[in-house]
Amino acid sequence: MAKDEGGRGQKFAGERIDVTDKDEVTRRRRQNRRHAIRGRTILYIIAIIAVLVSAGPFIWSTITSFKANPDLYTKVNNPFIFNSPPTLEHWRFLLSDTQFLTFAWNTLWVGLLVVAITLLVGLPAAYALARLNMKWSGPLGIAIFFVYLIPATLLFIPLTRVVGTLGLLNNTWSMVLIYPTITIPVSVWLLVGFLKGIPKDIEEQAMVDGYSRLGAFVRVVVPLAFPGTVAVIVFAFTLSAHEFIYALAFVSSTTEKTISMGVPTELIRGDVFFWQSLQAAVVFVALPIAFVFNLLLGRFISGFTMGAVKG
Amino acid sequence: MTTAQTVAGDRIRQAALPKRKLADRDGLLAKLFLLPTVVYIIGLVAFPFVLAILFSFSDVTTGNPSLDFVGLRQWRTILGSSVFWTSFWNTLTFTGISMAFVVLISHVLATVLVKDFKGKWILRFCVLLPWTTPISLAAVSWLWLLHSIFSPIDWVLRWVGLIEDNMYWLGRPLLAMASIIAVNTWRIVPVATVIVMAGLMAIPDDINDAVEIDGAGSWRKLREITLPLTLPITAVAALFGAILTFADLTIIFILTRGGPTQSTQTLSSWAYFKGIEGGDLAQGAAVALFLFPLLLVAAIAILRVVRRAEVM
Repeated sequence: MAKDEGGRGQKFAGERIDVTDKDEVTRRRRQNRRHAIRGRTILYIIAIIAVLVSAGPFIWSTITSFKANPDLYTKVNNPFIFNSPPTLEHWRFLLSDTQFLTFAWNTLWVGLLVVAITLLVGLPAAYALARLNMKWSGPLGIAIFFVYLIPATLLFIPLTRVVGTLGLLNNTWSMVLIYPTITIPVSVWLLVGFLKGIPKDIEEQAMVDGYSRLGAFVRVVVPLAFPGTVAVIVFAFTLSAHEFIYALAFVSSTTEKTISMGVPTELIRGDVFFWQSLQAAVVFVALPIAFVFNLLLGRFISGFTMGAVKG
Repeated sequence: MTTAQTVAGDRIRQAALPKRKLADRDGLLAKLFLLPTVVYIIGLVAFPFVLAILFSFSDVTTGNPSLDFVGLRQWRTILGSSVFWTSFWNTLTFTGISMAFVVLISHVLATVLVKDFKGKWILRFCVLLPWTTPISLAAVSWLWLLHSIFSPIDWVLRWVGLIEDNMYWLGRPLLAMASIIAVNTWRIVPVATVIVMAGLMAIPDDINDAVEIDGAGSWRKLREITLPLTLPITAVAALFGAILTFADLTIIFILTRGGPTQSTQTLSSWAYFKGIEGGDLAQGAAVALFLFPLLLVAAIAILRVVRRAEVM
């Protein structure tokens, strides 16, 4: 507060000096304007380059997915325009002649079940870590954070054995069982942050009003944590839809695959690449996820800053 | 004075009463709440990890699933293999160079994205795209962009007049490594940018104001305020990205399959080709275990940085 007032005082002092010397005022104004214009120009140049590099492959994928074969497979043709009329043939092929819709359906229900398991397991754990004071909540929080960092690469070989022993090898349910090992730790980590942001008084008041601790958690805390929970739902679903390594190790039957693994392994057959249909699949998946993520970006940022490990 | 005392007393009593009554149940509830998570982690993370260690001391393969212990034989075989050392150095090169670019680019992008300007949401949407798309699909897009004959990148280079023929991006050892580093950087930059943005937004406004009033130029501001204050979160972004990088095999699996002649093979991808495609579970598990020390170092570093950081 004191610092702030000091700052304001200085600002006024600065303006007073300017007023006494009119040339100085115009000079500074011009300089400021020049700086501002230069700043904007640099900013927009960076922005345009960033857009081209980040989104370029997707823009190009979109164009390609509508390209006729002779157009695509002519080396001298401009790859960014239609040299012969666009066609819907490859989208039709993707949606009706491949198992893409089966993959999409598998991705959807695996994702939803993984999200459900993640919330059922993760929400109570996050609440316990955020609120119920325990001796070992500190170490446990760190342990969960550490598990979050353990990559699939470290575990996919032994887990293939575990999944096989359970009789789930080559079965979509193997992913429903294993993906929560990825989503639970990260969700607990994010949820602890969100739960800590809810004032304690609210649930204490609920308990004074006669709710038990459990009742206060279910009726008061869970609804209040809803905004954070939405972010976790999207995040967990996305992680499950992105997963590639476990799927590659566990599943080999076409009908059991999800999009992320099915598209690269089924639409590429030896030397035969269904290029345009592959690109159509990329666009089909990329755009919706990106839209939802953008809506929730602010919540992810606050989740990163309020993580469980930051006491 | 008395009223103040009573009010304060009431508050304490109000807060203390229900707490004391529920204290025992809180402890029990905490255990019950944590139980499913702990069971999940022990059953499907800790147990498989122990299994991986057991595998690495056995001769288990997909064809012969029984665990017979052979001591250090598998480890000796791996350490004696030249592919292991190639993969090891490739892992470090791949991760190190990718992260250097990631830190630089994500800082620039985060600085731009915390400002207000027209069309910001388009930039934000596009910058996030490489992260929100499943990497296996994005890699398919890149597979064609780097195609040996029809590569659109080559087309542009030919059009500009820089090359005559094709680059064969994925067909030459150095270019293949450069390609996977580029694709990986492209993929990790959005995550790092979001993390660095969180750090920039956490710098208190009065510090920024004070700097501007003191008349510091933007270069001095960057060097003396922004960089030191965002150093911890930059470190977190880099370490986090490093884990995502050295543990990933998707980009390599789709783009190069470790080739040409193992020049893009990393520990992760080699573990897959040996353990799953080759069926040698024991050696695959042993190779994957080499990632663990890297992971441990990165994780401990993240925790230390986060605990010490002021702006986070």
